[in-house]
Amino acid sequence: MTPYALRLTVDYTFDRPLGAGRQLFRVLPAEVPGVQHVRRAAVTIRPAPAERMDRADFFGTKVIELAVPPGLEMLTFDLAAEVDRSAPELPLDMTPPVAALAAELAALRTLGPASPHHFLPPSPRIGALPEVAGFARDAGAGARTALETVMQIGRAIHRHMAFDAEATAVDTTPAAAFAQGRGVCQDFAQIMVGALRGLGIPAAYVAGYLRTDPPPGRPRLEGADAMHAWVRAWTGTEGGWIDHDPTNDCLVREDHIEVGFGRDYGDVAPVTGFLRLDGSHSGSHRVDIRPLSGQRSARR
Amino acid sequence: MDGPGTEAAQAGAMPGDYHPLPGVPDELMDAGGTLRPLWRDLIDHLGAMGAEGLAQATGRADQYLRDSGVFYRQYGAGQSVERPWPLAHVPVLIDEADWAQVSAALAQRADLLEAVMADLYGDNRLVSGGHLPPGLIAGNPEWLRPMIGIRPRSGHFLHFLAFEIGRGPDGQWWVLADRAQAPSGAGYALENRVATSRAFPALFAHQNVHRLAAFFRDFRDALLTLRTAGEGRIAILSPGPLNETYYEQAWIARYLGFALVQGEDLAVEGGRLMVRTVSGLRPLDVLWRRLDGNWCDPLELDPASRLGTPGMVAALRAGGLTMVNAPGSGVLETRALMAFLPQLAPVLTGAPLAMPNIATWWCGGATEQASVLASPDRMVLSPALGTGLPFDALGEARQAGSLRMADLAAWLAAEGPGLVAQEAVTLSTTPALVDGRLEPRPMSLRVFLARTAAGWQVMPGGFARIGASPDPAALAMQRGGSAADVWVVSPRPVPVVSMVTPAPGPYRRAPPGALPARAADNLFWLGRYVERTEGIVRLARARHVRLAEFGAAAQPLLDALDPLLMAQGADPEQGIPAGLLATLDAAMASAGQVRDRFSPDGWSALADLSKTAHRMATQVAPGDDAARALSALLRKLAGFSGLVHENMYRFFGWRFLSLGRLHERAMGMSAILAALADETAPPGALDLCIELGDSVLTHRRRFTVATSRATVIDLLALDPMNPRAVRAQIDGMHEQVGMLPGAAVHGALSPLARAMLRVQAEVATHTPETLTTAELAGLRDRIAALSDLLTEAYLR
Repeated sequence: MTPYALRLTVDYTFDRPLGAGRQLFRVLPAEVPGVQHVRRAAVTIRPAPAERMDRADFFGTKVIELAVPPGLEMLTFDLAAEVDRSAPELPLDMTPPVAALAAELAALRTLGPASPHHFLPPSPRIGALPEVAGFARDAGAGARTALETVMQIGRAIHRHMAFDAEATAVDTTPAAAFAQGRGVCQDFAQIMVGALRGLGIPAAYVAGYLRTDPPPGRPRLEGADAMHAWVRAWTGTEGGWIDHDPTNDCLVREDHIEVGFGRDYGDVAPVTGFLRLDGSHSGSHRVDIRPLSGQRSARR
Repeated sequence: MDGPGTEAAQAGAMPGDYHPLPGVPDELMDAGGTLRPLWRDLIDHLGAMGAEGLAQATGRADQYLRDSGVFYRQYGAGQSVERPWPLAHVPVLIDEADWAQVSAALAQRADLLEAVMADLYGDNRLVSGGHLPPGLIAGNPEWLRPMIGIRPRSGHFLHFLAFEIGRGPDGQWWVLADRAQAPSGAGYALENRVATSRAFPALFAHQNVHRLAAFFRDFRDALLTLRTAGEGRIAILSPGPLNETYYEQAWIARYLGFALVQGEDLAVEGGRLMVRTVSGLRPLDVLWRRLDGNWCDPLELDPASRLGTPGMVAALRAGGLTMVNAPGSGVLETRALMAFLPQLAPVLTGAPLAMPNIATWWCGGATEQASVLASPDRMVLSPALGTGLPFDALGEARQAGSLRMADLAAWLAAEGPGLVAQEAVTLSTTPALVDGRLEPRPMSLRVFLARTAAGWQVMPGGFARIGASPDPAALAMQRGGSAADVWVVSPRPVPVVSMVTPAPGPYRRAPPGALPARAADNLFWLGRYVERTEGIVRLARARHVRLAEFGAAAQPLLDALDPLLMAQGADPEQGIPAGLLATLDAAMASAGQVRDRFSPDGWSALADLSKTAHRMATQVAPGDDAARALSALLRKLAGFSGLVHENMYRFFGWRFLSLGRLHERAMGMSAILAALADETAPPGALDLCIELGDSVLTHRRRFTVATSRATVIDLLALDPMNPRAVRAQIDGMHEQVGMLPGAAVHGALSPLARAMLRVQAEVATHTPETLTTAELAGLRDRIAALSDLLTEAYLR
């Protein structure tokens, strides 16, 4: 178990004063029993918003909804949190072959937030991806179990894709990112979600943070310097959900801090609202993740 | 009408040579080819009219529809056009007793849909209990997750529904499709009724036809009771003028006295929905949406929506409004759901469906796939999550029988859960006029239901869809089908109702509603564009008159005049300049945005003006011909202005329209004077000013001296009594601005009111000598700035 201090600062400045506006922030770390515990989380917003509402969305992600008064020239959103995070227990591979998943899925009569039924059909940002599906069939060949399939697909995508922060934008489709073979964690994750769905494996998109400064003796993980994204795959009633990070080709561990999950990026976008406005704003965000008490890593 | 049968046939109409299609049930005749008694009067009536009488009757209906500008929008290759409403003139007759059964059955189905909706957006027991396959819901784009757990403030999700029904071979009615998203057509039903009763007034008067008005009155009253505060506002949420049924939305808003708003008119504040009005934000309590649920809120629903209002879902969550119907109701239209509703009815309503829906199989299961493979000839396959009628599903539906068995089996195996099979339906036919004769055409009815305090109320008839050919697939209006009135006929006289509910207690005058800022903006620009059109017409006419009279000798004067036309985007050489047509089109576009605030007469006058101008542009030659055409246009413009000025209620809307006219006229006249009353202007320019200012007689009467710059400036710039003088426009604007909300707060003038007063004082204190051309140009800039201040203060 590693305790972290997490700090997120989002700054917006507007070229001309803004009309009244609303936006959603999905940035608070999640409470995940046995894996992740939030000791405290404090949000400061300057200037103070006209309204603030805190709630959870359908998938359980914590949402902060802000209404800001007209005439705003800048806005700062600041989150300071302390989170305990453990690596999820490594599963024994008792999962069935992928072909058997359909029957197990059909027997599950629930539409609760964690029901795999939400994560098999196409979603707004991850439609049918014929190219990716073909790629996934090849990549998954020979796998005996659903878990093996997930690992093989994750590795294949990691090899096919080059990490390139300049190659894609937030609205780049997974098909386009896959075609050019470059992108960031959002692209890696959405492509893998599409690949797994194409094989009949329900898959969710998970948003969170990643510690990129490694503990001594471990290689530096690759990722955006801020938010991160990975994949949650359903491996059957017995095996349940497995989190895999295709950007780093690994199962998620204590470096990953989860915010929430959904069908694709759109369900867990960190900020919704301002970004729709026509280019008359500029924004920046900074993330700082620091292990607490003695585990401080060497920062350069 | 005493000798019907043979005489009617001789008169060229029917029914002697009316032949139902073999094996297809017909509304007019029974299986033995005998006329059904219900239709006897109508057939006699049509027969007695003769071919000529019939042509006149249908002409009256079409005339009515044209005059009231009833249209719908048809979509084609990349563009859309307005089409006149395609009325099939012969109404469909339904017996009152038959209708009572239809009504009861559909009320049951409405209750069933409400229960399904409450479950899908509540506990999801239908899925956990095995009644609905989870995949059908989880993958459905109309199942809106942000709405889950939100209980509607009114206690009900559904308030207004429509069902598409048709009659099968055994005379039994079948539900073809459920319309729960935002059903359209109720307003068109009223227009069908008016137009059809114009065609056959005598017949309508003596047949006991159930009236439609009570349905609307009761629904309006039901919406009024959904308000929490009693004084809260009700509005219809429209996707805007490009929507195919915008005409109807504006029409219903006017008919029921509700505001017509678009997403950008609205804002959410403190959990309440507000309208942006010229008086600031005002609360809105009940919203009848004609917008798909997914588009209502770009923040929580479809982020690509430009039609919604950020925070709408938050307002619903906070109980800040009632929406009719709750967003997410589109999921009930899912075609595959019809496979499950028959089994759900006993579970949720305690009784089997009183009216079946067309046999439907969701192809996600092996049993269902086997059923399809067993009798593919009877099956139409289409996407499971599609909505609407299978034969409306243009390009996405396929006859299962048209595929090779092996291909069909492979398709079902690969994509079964995404497919739905529906039994191909044979719809009954009804008589339609085709080239003056009655021919059998397939028909379906659209039946509207509204939730009222007394339960579901069913609109008695009004809307049938009639196929363009005997093929049932030709019903869709987008493919040439038409619409007919439906008469529910009683053996006894029926009560005649009106929209007016007698109010208890003494009469109180209701305060006028707040004017949405977008509507004010459109009215302001409508005023400007119409006045700008008039300015161009006067300039062009003056030019063509001189061209006709003096030919080349007029050139120096034309050289001074032409820049004024060109400044308005009008080519001086053209008889009817294209720039004039463009200005008129802009006026029409502004008017189209506020059709609910316009009298039908005003709209007709403007439409007529535009049509005439466009026609003239193709025919008129420069010179005398053009001058005469432009004079005709000027008279039509006066007609429109008269209708507006005489008839429009003198409140904010009228004030913004007037401000637009006054402002544009002040700008136009000051431009004319700067160009043509300048010391350097050619001979004849001063007389031209007086003509453009329509002040020839006044000038002669007021000034005995010869025309001079001083007399012209006095009369056309400074005279407060001359309705064309700059001074009169400024005085008028000053008065209107003073009446706008917030013009003065505790005695302090708003920035607009202050600037207005300054301009007014400036004009009032000038003399002809001090108002030089340079001063005129400066004045014109300051008048132009008033428009920006007005926009800033009220029109955003």
